[in-house]
Amino acid sequence: MIVAESKPIKELLEMVKDFKRILVVGCKGCVTVCNVGGAKEAAILASTLRISGKKEGLDVMVGEHTLERQCDPEYINELKDVIGDYDAVISIACGVGPQFLSERYPDTKIFPGVNTKFMGGAVEHGVWAERCAGCGTCAIHLFGGLCPIARCSKSLLNGPCGGSSNGKCEISQDVDCVWDLIVTKMMEQDRLDELTVFRPPKSWTTARDGGPRKMIREELVK
Amino acid sequence: MSEHKAGSNLEKVLSAGHFAFTGECGPPQGANVDHLIEKANHLKGCVDAVNVTDNQTAVVRMSSWAASIILIQHGLEPNYQMVCRDRNRLAIQSDILGAYSLGIRNMLCLSGDHQSFGNHPESKNVFDIDSMQLIHTAKTMRDEGKFLNGSDVDVAPKLFIGAASNPFAEPFDFRVYRLAKKISAGADFVQTQCIYNMDKFREFMKRAVDMGLHEKCYILAGVTPMKSVGMALYMSKQVPGMDVPPSLVKRLRGAGKGKVAEEGIKFALEQIEEFKEMEGVAGVHLMAIEWEHKVPEIAERAGVLPRPVV
Repeated sequence: MIVAESKPIKELLEMVKDFKRILVVGCKGCVTVCNVGGAKEAAILASTLRISGKKEGLDVMVGEHTLERQCDPEYINELKDVIGDYDAVISIACGVGPQFLSERYPDTKIFPGVNTKFMGGAVEHGVWAERCAGCGTCAIHLFGGLCPIARCSKSLLNGPCGGSSNGKCEISQDVDCVWDLIVTKMMEQDRLDELTVFRPPKSWTTARDGGPRKMIREELVK
Repeated sequence: MSEHKAGSNLEKVLSAGHFAFTGECGPPQGANVDHLIEKANHLKGCVDAVNVTDNQTAVVRMSSWAASIILIQHGLEPNYQMVCRDRNRLAIQSDILGAYSLGIRNMLCLSGDHQSFGNHPESKNVFDIDSMQLIHTAKTMRDEGKFLNGSDVDVAPKLFIGAASNPFAEPFDFRVYRLAKKISAGADFVQTQCIYNMDKFREFMKRAVDMGLHEKCYILAGVTPMKSVGMALYMSKQVPGMDVPPSLVKRLRGAGKGKVAEEGIKFALEQIEEFKEMEGVAGVHLMAIEWEHKVPEIAERAGVLPRPVV
């Protein structure tokens, strides 16, 4: 899933301080799963904005609405009859949501309510970790099922570097050295020969380096 | 290894069978050419080549190729270091051509410390290719006259290609295989991380020799004399992949006030003596960090002077 975290409330209040009619839009996709942008969080943010408005003695109207997904025009469309009542919208979906809202409702000011972090998963309750960098050409089978592009601080394809120590990355004791994991796993599986194969420079054309990406599935295009 | 690949002094010294002795010089954090020359002059005549670091520990310094050229102008042979952190494959290949064109003949290929260590932690890193691929790139340009995209290089850069090896990083069992991989990728010589844990290094070299790696590549053992107990503690705790045994810290502590630096040098000299006899070790890479003025004394006491003229 796409993992995000809430923006600090101070930052959000500063963003919308000039607006009196604010709509908080949640999303039932990834951000609901990572407890940052679903219906519950939309309600909490809306009530925080209301309380803050009251404290300031302002007459602020805050609405809330959670869409099935914010990365799909079909669901974005649901807001068409209500959005006119507001002069600012805070989307608490990943970075895709506020952009789809901006495109669909060009006259409304749209603000991002979360910081989108990475593609990953929950490794324990309340802890998420990055697993995929979306490079466009998956090759994790060459690395014991672990991705060195997303998980090595230097994206080494021929690691581990000299900074690997006690299974941790040189940048922080909180970061596992994925190459330590790769080597350990592949040696356990008796796959040392695969590890000693020189991996040539990767083509980054399918990654973000190749420019903004778009995928067209002809069979699905009407 | 009789035919010269690049014809650098370092290559000639090694291929003639001499025990090589290389030094290191970090470029200034500014355009202070005088300071660079002053530091480098201490190494003159004491070493076969001088490593010129490339934004070491991710701290901005004068570019390593420019500092390398300044060394050449002052009669020293540089070992131009290049890291993959700060440049993509276009810049890498372009810098290789530029460096060679200006007279650089040795290049050490490194991944580079992560920028989070340095003085611009906010920066974006590159790591388009890794150190292994950099070695291979330099070799392909030199031996096949081809760029990474397969097109022809108009006059190939003939560099003596170096790589780093850290026998003390983990997982230990894989380290010698990674060294083998670097040699297959094209490394002509290898300089190791600073060695303090001699037992572990002996084991590493035994494995390297068992695999015949010393016959395919010159292995230079890394030595950095400890200046103080504080330095030893810093190295053991703060520098990733560094293995400083407690026995060494104890020995330095036991030297007493004002005598720690001398004890550090003594330990380095003992190491060098052992490396001279150790199977598979072709030389020593002395990294006297901000202690360049001590290099003549260390070289003299290590019995590696005068340096051979090949």
